[in-house]
Amino acid sequence: MAKAHSHEHDHAHGHQDPEQLKQFGFWLFMVTDVILFSTLFATFVVLRGNIAGGPAGADLIEMNGIIVSTFILLTSSFTSGLALLSMNKGNKQGLILWLAVSALLGLSFIYLEVSEFVHLVHEGANIGTSAYWSAFFTLVGTHGLHVSLGIVWITSVIIQIARRGITPATKRRVNIISLYWHFLDVIWIFVFSIVYLMEVM
Amino acid sequence: MASHQQNEHQAHSHGSMKSYILGFILSIVLTIIPLVAVLNDMFNKTTTIVIVLVTAVLQLLVQLLFFMHIREEDGPRYNLISLVFAVVILLTIVIGSIWIMTYNAVAV
Amino acid sequence: MLETIKEFASEFFVTGDPLILGAQVSIGLAMVAIVFILTYFKKWRWLWTEWLTSVDHKKIGIMYIICAILMLFRGGVDALLMRVQLAAPELEFLNAEHYNAIFTTHGVIMILFMAMPLMFGLFNIIVPLQLGARDVAFPFLNSFSFWMFFAGAMLFNVSFVIGGSPDAGWLSYPPLSEVSGSPGVGQDFYIWGIQISGMGSLATGINFVVTILKMRAPGMKLMKMPMFSWSVLASSVTIMFAFPILTVTLFLLFLDRYLGAHFFTVDGGGNPMMYLNLIWMWGHPEVYIVVLPAFGIFSEVVATFSKKKVFGYKSMVFALMSISFFSFFTWAHHFFTMGSGANVNAFFAVTTMIIAIPTGVKVFNWLFTMYRGKLSFPTPMMWTIAFIPCFVIGGMTGVLLSVAPADFQFHNSYFLIAHFHQVLIGGVVFGYFAGLYYWWPKMFGFKLHEGLGKWAFWLWNIGFYVCFMPQYALGLMGMTRRFNEYNFDMGWQPLNVVSTVGGFIMGLAFLFQVWQIAHSIRFLKKDTNGDNWGQGRTLEWSIPSPAPFYNFARVPHVVEQDDWWEKKERHARGEADPAEVIAADTAPLEPIHMPKNSGIPIIMSGFWFVAGFGFVWDWKWMIILGLVGVVVTMLARSFNYDDDYYVPVEEIERIEAAALKGAK
Repeated sequence: MAKAHSHEHDHAHGHQDPEQLKQFGFWLFMVTDVILFSTLFATFVVLRGNIAGGPAGADLIEMNGIIVSTFILLTSSFTSGLALLSMNKGNKQGLILWLAVSALLGLSFIYLEVSEFVHLVHEGANIGTSAYWSAFFTLVGTHGLHVSLGIVWITSVIIQIARRGITPATKRRVNIISLYWHFLDVIWIFVFSIVYLMEVM
Repeated sequence: MASHQQNEHQAHSHGSMKSYILGFILSIVLTIIPLVAVLNDMFNKTTTIVIVLVTAVLQLLVQLLFFMHIREEDGPRYNLISLVFAVVILLTIVIGSIWIMTYNAVAV
Repeated sequence: MLETIKEFASEFFVTGDPLILGAQVSIGLAMVAIVFILTYFKKWRWLWTEWLTSVDHKKIGIMYIICAILMLFRGGVDALLMRVQLAAPELEFLNAEHYNAIFTTHGVIMILFMAMPLMFGLFNIIVPLQLGARDVAFPFLNSFSFWMFFAGAMLFNVSFVIGGSPDAGWLSYPPLSEVSGSPGVGQDFYIWGIQISGMGSLATGINFVVTILKMRAPGMKLMKMPMFSWSVLASSVTIMFAFPILTVTLFLLFLDRYLGAHFFTVDGGGNPMMYLNLIWMWGHPEVYIVVLPAFGIFSEVVATFSKKKVFGYKSMVFALMSISFFSFFTWAHHFFTMGSGANVNAFFAVTTMIIAIPTGVKVFNWLFTMYRGKLSFPTPMMWTIAFIPCFVIGGMTGVLLSVAPADFQFHNSYFLIAHFHQVLIGGVVFGYFAGLYYWWPKMFGFKLHEGLGKWAFWLWNIGFYVCFMPQYALGLMGMTRRFNEYNFDMGWQPLNVVSTVGGFIMGLAFLFQVWQIAHSIRFLKKDTNGDNWGQGRTLEWSIPSPAPFYNFARVPHVVEQDDWWEKKERHARGEADPAEVIAADTAPLEPIHMPKNSGIPIIMSGFWFVAGFGFVWDWKWMIILGLVGVVVTMLARSFNYDDDYYVPVEEIERIEAAALKGAK
């Protein structure tokens, strides 16, 4: 879709720039993902008291790791913004650098989360222990899965930028992945607040 | 094409280094506040919950305004409208479920 | 070795039932026949390049409709099997397990694999044409949606012969649908079949919202858009906000079954009611998803065959959007009897009553459109007129059911069954039949035979009332749903016999439709003039039939509602078109930007099928193969920058000239 003259024609005929169409489409997809997480949150809130005589979240959650993860993810959201700024200045090296930093921070987040899950399982809390833990692992794990897919995605975008440089099509890919990355940080804010903070209160 | 590029630049020129740094700092502050409130047991339960939720919502707004540039959308503002509708449905799902399930005599 | 194979086969294939054995044999034979025919006529390449990899909305739409009609056959056979079993007390035609499987598959197929694809088929074929667009916003995603539907439907349908059908009802409530209640793989086929096709549906919702909001022809402001497109927008928005709930709920049930989670179990702190709560949060908007486009079709048909603008356009639009909005606030009326308490029930009873109001507004507007119109009654109009009394009665029984205390009597009785079949058949099915008949000539260039169509129409209507009116009475007499047999002393037999007769009349009607389609393909004249009914009002009738693959040689400029009709009227009066219209209609032809075909959607969906099949049988290697394949195909798509091309002017000229020659 990188044919310059076609966009002028399309615009004159009232048709949208295809890159903008895709960005709008992705925004709508994110909106549906909000609903997906809403359902997971609703399930968690409804079932959070059901520990079936087993361990409670407050018994096993270790906030230190969570605090570190939170700041890591927050920072990676910021660095993805820096990537976007580089891109808008036409700075290909900066773009790739900051995307890579964001991905690495994301990877650290996942590493910490997996470690947390392993610790919880060792302490006797797995997805089948009680409704509370089923909801916990599913909500937190779904977010983690989204982050993991995002890391793969960022990597693929980095490769495409390295090969093709900054073009309307690669710009759109960067805009979309950074939107996705910010969205994941927003979800984490609520996971952090509702799953973790409200548990250890 | 040139006009598109210009539009894009204009839209994203608002996404300046200043606004990203400000957004980052606000997010950090809005994370520290509820952390401190909870970990130091500073308030009663209801107040703490309110603090946690309010700071979370404020951080959501920071992300939307400073990082996701929701204000710079040209009309018609479909992004904003779809987001608002999503929030309405979100509240319906969460609050509706809590309401129905709390008073559900069949439930465990 | 042989022993292992035999043991595996007896678990893998469903055995011990002559009906199912017959189906297995037929399916095998059909597959062989298809492969043979394609090879003999050397059509593999054609199939791949023209259909399987097509991203053309018109072809995708046709594929959806073909699948829907096949599924209507299977769902209908399920219905007739049940009606036979119920025709006499304590008949032993279908035992309880078999009956349970049949009402489960009947429900899932009719709603998710018949109504939804039929609807998506009409969305696909018509909306871009009505908007003056050359395709939907995301043609590749569109193809992906179809193939995901196909993969999910295949997975679900295959359970009948491999592994066993699900049998816990079309919404499979836990704890029955947990491993404890449903240890077999049927329930897993259910989960994955619906999950995979649901992802396709969600993508379609997004696709059409973007298409409608962003790809209308110049001059077509939202309030000048045809009513069908408005109804598609309302339905697509609802899809966007409802389907993620289904995705999560099915996923949670899967986690319960696969990883021993305790979301909906009776032990470990699980809460089965939460499943009901969540599934109906999707389930109620779902029925509005399927009925809103039917309303849109009725508006188009009524206006066209009354030669009159639809009455109260603004209120019609407002009604559509408010029905879509309010549909998210009524879900608990599906479980009034499950102990939510008086306050919850009262709230949802009121919201349910409220949602009847905008529908009532629409019915009056359709009637006012016909008043003083120049009426004619081809088949689409007949379906529309028949819909009105049928759906209104069904809607009224819905209001009866919405009175929560009364529902304690009606719930899960045949009264409920009669109600929802009346609104689904009288509203959704009649609507899509009307749309199919109305837009058939646009799709294929010939009309369906009127005489056979009238036979099918009358048989469907008579059959419907004969089948379902007795069921209201049976419900009030205490007959409960989902029972495979009843006692002679209940006195229910006479009405059940009548109902069964009605069912078979509808079956006969379906056969007439099949005959009608076959006959029309063989004998009816082709007319490529685009205005097939002569009195089309909207843009789709302004281009040849079938539409050329690029739809519009020149993007039209739209001035008002029912723009094509108004243009014709202007010309009849000898008036000139506005300057922008003339400029758009006489602009020199330019190369048209079109998307390339792609094999990735069908391949990716194939990998989802593989992953789903792997999850069902818990074959880890297959799961990994499927999911890795999905990720790899997604990356292949991301790395592909060569997905479009330009149609040269000479080709456009050639196609337009050929269409003019074939026009009458």
